[in-house]
Formats: sequence, structure tokens, C-alpha cells
Amino acid sequence: MDQIVANFFDLEVMARYLPDILSGFVLTIYLAVAIVLFGLALGLALAVVRAFQIRPLNWLIVFFVDLFRALPPLVIMIIFYFALPYVGVELGGFVAAWLALGFVLAAFAEEIYWAGILSVDKGQWEAARSTGLPFFRTLRSVVLPQALRLTIPPLTNRTIAITKGTALASVVAVPEILSQATAAQAFAANTSPLTMGAIAYLILFAPLVTLSRWIETRFAWRR
Amino acid sequence: MDKKSPILDVQGLRKSFGGLEVLKGIDLAVHPQELVFIIGPSGSGKSTLLRCCNRLEEATSGSIWVDGVDVLSRSTDINRLRQRIGMVFQSFNLYPHMTALGNVTLALRKVLKLKRDEADRRGRAALDDVGLRDKVDAYPYQLSGGQQQRVAIARALALEPKIMLFDEPTSALDPELVGGVLNVMRAMRKSGMTMVVVSHEMRFAREAADRVIFMDQGEIVEEGRPAEIFGNAKHQRTRTFLQNVLAG
Ligand SMILES: Nc1ncnc2c1ncn2[C@@H]1O[C@H](COP(=O)(O)OP(=O)(O)OP(=O)(O)O)[C@@H](O)[C@H]1O
Ligand SMILES: [Mg+2]
Repeated sequence: MDQIVANFFDLEVMARYLPDILSGFVLTIYLAVAIVLFGLALGLALAVVRAFQIRPLNWLIVFFVDLFRALPPLVIMIIFYFALPYVGVELGGFVAAWLALGFVLAAFAEEIYWAGILSVDKGQWEAARSTGLPFFRTLRSVVLPQALRLTIPPLTNRTIAITKGTALASVVAVPEILSQATAAQAFAANTSPLTMGAIAYLILFAPLVTLSRWIETRFAWRR
Repeated sequence: MDKKSPILDVQGLRKSFGGLEVLKGIDLAVHPQELVFIIGPSGSGKSTLLRCCNRLEEATSGSIWVDGVDVLSRSTDINRLRQRIGMVFQSFNLYPHMTALGNVTLALRKVLKLKRDEADRRGRAALDDVGLRDKVDAYPYQLSGGQQQRVAIARALALEPKIMLFDEPTSALDPELVGGVLNVMRAMRKSGMTMVVVSHEMRFAREAADRVIFMDQGEIVEEGRPAEIFGNAKHQRTRTFLQNVLAG
């Protein structure tokens, strides 16, 4: 028992490395917010373009979506960080992690939005178009509001799952929570910094998980 | 007959889905203030005929003119034309995320580009016309089927169309709610609206229609005043259909 306390809850070690973990915490928040904004916006844009049913564009979108859903996020991140410099693109760890996870989220989000758009009754389109509303206005004012409501629960779950991937960014030299914690653990020869890292992740994601529960009940939809 | 030119003029209209021809040369002229009733068995092409008139369905050949505008011409602004053709569906198709007033004013604001208060004024007037003055702020799920259908009618009416097309407006309603919708349609007829109604409400047809058209297998089999069609149809197909409907 003492051994556990000494190894996982050494207060002196914890105090010494708290600033590092905190800076990792803040960086992780930046990264997560950037991924969520970029991924959800790009996913929505792709789904809207797809709704126009322009053949070549649709193929491109489906290719993008399937590619980024199929590849492991870590592989994408490593390609962006280690391989792109060979073709003259230096992204830096933060941007590589941001784009990699942002594209993955965009790909999954596009599929979720698209399923939402398809699930809106055809009669909604017909009623709106029969009053003279153009295609895009119908999509925006009639179809998307209904589609988005249906997509909120799966989208929240997917967003949380992918944002947790920020821990992978430790591999591409981003000093986020996990990389700060493992570095501190090596220096201190003590695992207490990892405990702090885990707590930091809990503080970050537990509210999100709770929020997603609330959203799921809030948007359960009356017909 | 009426000397004025027709509001809706359909000539030689054909429509195929893949290899299946569901309209086989329809000629139909509807004159101002006329109420034309279309009856016929399931699958005879009634809905398709209405839907070709505002291009929810693309005609295969033939011509359709509405209020002097060539519906099928590529140079026609279809969204402008659709403002002049009100359409009411069997399943109401109200926007579930908007109030009754929101449903009615969406096209007023986004198509006619009216200011919000002007759109609201017109929207309220349209809801008043269908007897739903006190339901402007209700959402569709808070309304009965009959009320929802009246909101749908108000949504079309608010655009001040030249002609209204009804595709089985009462078929999805409980019997006790049908009367309210038919009353609204009676009032519209009185105020001079031109209407084409696909429906199985034969009593309403007898009382309100100027003309009844019987369709079968993509053709107009016969047409005439309600008394002629219901009292003494010329074609055996019409008589058989009416017997079945009136018996069931
Ligand atoms: N989008 C479509 N694709 C293929 N076939 C269709 C389509 N819409 C209608 N049809 C076919 O066209 C024929 C006419 O259909 P329509 O809906 O116009 O008939 P209707 O007279 O309105 O029948 P009901 O009284 O059942 O509403 C039917 O055989 C139907 O199966
Ligand atoms: Mg029909």
C-alpha cells in the first residue's frame, strides 16, 4: 500500500511537475478545440456539397471520407509529420496533429451529417420546393435543422472519441498532457506524473461525456 | 364554356418512369375559378399528373402552361412559377421545427423577400382564413391532423397562388377531422380560387365540383358535370369504379 502511494501519489513529485502538466493541459485544450471546430465545419461543408449530387465531386468526397475513416489516426499523424517534409511540407507537430485528427473527424462527421440529411422525409423537400424555395435555401432552412437534430448524439460521441486522440500527438513532439507526463515520469523516476496526467484527462473529458448525455436527452425529438 | 383563357392548360402530357408509361397523353384545361375534381383507381396517375404541373416530376413529353407561362420550358424560372401554384399534400409535410406561423412565412420571407413584420402580417391573415388564428405559435406536433392540413393550406395560400393543387388532402385524416378541411376548401372556392382536387370525397365532389374527371391507367376516360358522372357515366370503367368506391 505504501508502495502504491509512494509511486502513484508522491505529493512532492506532483508539486514539482504540476506546472508542466498544466501547460500540457492548456495545450491539449487548444488542440482539441481546433480539431473540433475544423472537423465539424469541414464535415458539414462536405455533406452540403454532397447534397448537390455533382458526380465527380461526390466521388472525391467519398474517397476522402473512406480514406480517413480507414487509416488509423496515428498513421495519418505520422505521415503528416514525418513524411510530408520529404515533399517540402513542414507542418510542425501541432499542425500535423491538428490536421490529422481534424480530417478524421471531418470524415466521420460528413457521414453522420449525410445520413441525417438522407433521413429527412422527401415530403419536406417537396413541400418547400413547391412554395418556390430554391434548393440551397430548402437545404439550409428546412432540411438541415431537422438533420442536425438527429445527428447531435452520434456526432457528440464521435467527437469525444476522436478528441481523445490528442494523446497521440505526444508521438509527433507536441508537449500535450501525455508527453509532459511521460517526460516528468522519466525525470523523476516516479509514476506520480502519470496519475496527474490521468486526472487532467478526466477533468477535460468527464464534463464532455456528461454534456453528451444531457444533449442526448435534450434533443430526443418529438414528432 | 368559359371564354377566358385557361389558368392550367395541359396538352398531350406523357410521363414514363423507366419503361412504365403512367400518363398516356393527358389533355386538360382548367379555367379561372373552376374546381376540377379528379378521381380514379390507385395507380392511375393522378398524383403524377399534379406533380408534373409544378415540375416536382419531369414530364416526358407534351406541354403544360400555367397562367400563360410554359412550365416545361428550360428558360422558365421554376421557383417563380411555383409561387403561383399552391400544392397541398396528403401527408401535410409541415416543417416540424417551425411554428404554424413559421411554416406559413418561410417562403414569404425567403422567396418573396418580405420583411419579417410584413410576412407575419400576411401569415397571420392566411392562418386566420383557415380558422387557426389562435394556433399561430403552435408546433405541428401540437396540432391535430386536420389543423396541420389547414396550416399546409395556409402556407400555400399565403403566396397568393393562381391555382391550388390538392393531392388527396383528407385521405390521411380521421373522419371527424375531414369536415374542417373541406370547409376551408369550400371557402376558397367561394372566394374565387381555381382548384384541382384529387380526392375520394365523392359527396364533396358532387356538391362543389364544376367538373369531374375520371382517370384510369394513365388516361382520362371521361369527364363531365358531377351529376353526369355520378348519375349516368358513359363508360363501364367509370361505373365500376364508382360502384366500388361508393360501396366501400
Ligand atoms: N417515382 C416513381 N418511380 C417509379 N414509378 C412511379 C413513381 N411514382 C409513381 N410511379 C408509378 O406511377 C403510377 C402512377 O402513380 P400515381 O402515384 O400517379 O398514382 P395515383 O393515381 O396517384 O394513385 P393513388 O390513388 O394510389 O395515389 C403507379 O404505377 C406508380 O407505381
Ligand atoms: Mg396519388
